[in-house]
Amino acid sequence: MKYIKQFEIILAISLIGELLNRLIPLPIPASIYGMTILFTALCTGIVKLSAVKETGHFLIQIMPMMFIPATVSLLESWSIMQNFLIAIIVISLVSTIIVLFASGHATQIIINLKKKEKKQ
Amino acid sequence: MTEILSNSLFFGVGISVGTYILGTIIKKKIDFFLFNPLLLAITMTIATLLITGIEYSEYNNGAKYLSYLLTPATVALAIPLYEQVTILKKNLSAILIGIASGVITSGLSIFAMALLFGLGHTEYVTLLPKSITTAIGIGLSQELDGYVAITVSAIMMTGLFGNIAGGLLCRLLGIKNPIAKGIAIGTASHVMGTSKAMELGKVEGAMSSLSVAVAGCMTVGAAILFQQLI
Repeated sequence: MKYIKQFEIILAISLIGELLNRLIPLPIPASIYGMTILFTALCTGIVKLSAVKETGHFLIQIMPMMFIPATVSLLESWSIMQNFLIAIIVISLVSTIIVLFASGHATQIIINLKKKEKKQ
Repeated sequence: MTEILSNSLFFGVGISVGTYILGTIIKKKIDFFLFNPLLLAITMTIATLLITGIEYSEYNNGAKYLSYLLTPATVALAIPLYEQVTILKKNLSAILIGIASGVITSGLSIFAMALLFGLGHTEYVTLLPKSITTAIGIGLSQELDGYVAITVSAIMMTGLFGNIAGGLLCRLLGIKNPIAKGIAIGTASHVMGTSKAMELGKVEGAMSSLSVAVAGCMTVGAAILFQQLI
């Protein structure tokens, strides 16, 4: 019963997220509204961590599986991509490496700078 | 046989979950970086569809219920983030600057390579949302008048790449701090990368979840400016 209650809380927040997505004319999906709402609710104590924890972690654990159907759809879009397939693949891979490098190092540099500041 | 399977509601879910389990078993037996459970499951599922001749839409009849869980699962990412909230507060400026750097270099690198490949405006804006989570990416691609199906494909390739190589890339590129690792993987390869970051550690996972939301929203703003370049 505990897990069902936890699942229901997460579903209810997803529903609020969905409503916000329909009401607000921005391309922000229900899941991001929902994540923000749950985070705020946890920080303010409106929702206790123990009220969502186990089911939440279970959902996160099985999350990779949920990407299978959408990725298998590559099969369908293969034909429309043919004209610039190589460009898509190269751009996707190379820019991922660049973004990973830039965001990771920017974060790391600032964290290290702050550590130094504190020491002085 | 094909006809029976394609009318089945449980074929799509069954084959997806089954190949994923098989993928985790193979990964356990043979530790090779390309043997990523998600990649193996996708390859095996595509192979099955091609061999049996079952259409994607028929497969998705059942498989869509797996995708359905994606919204609640993404909502649940707030939980590990909350569990690491002290780290978040302590490093807020580093985290925000890190994500912003990623969003800007994403736009710049796509712009530079689009020039290199001689892509037109529509192809260029189609790729702009490639590093962000699918749900935001679809909306953004529509907004920019891109080819939505191709945006989704580029997002999937990016995510899959982050899921397979995220940890390895951090090591090779000298990103050592767990907070920086999470930010890097989440900003570069959205939720699919995040599910990998979760395996690296609690801090990595939480920071990656945060990056998905923040980078997604920042990209919406940045894309409006970047779209004018080509």
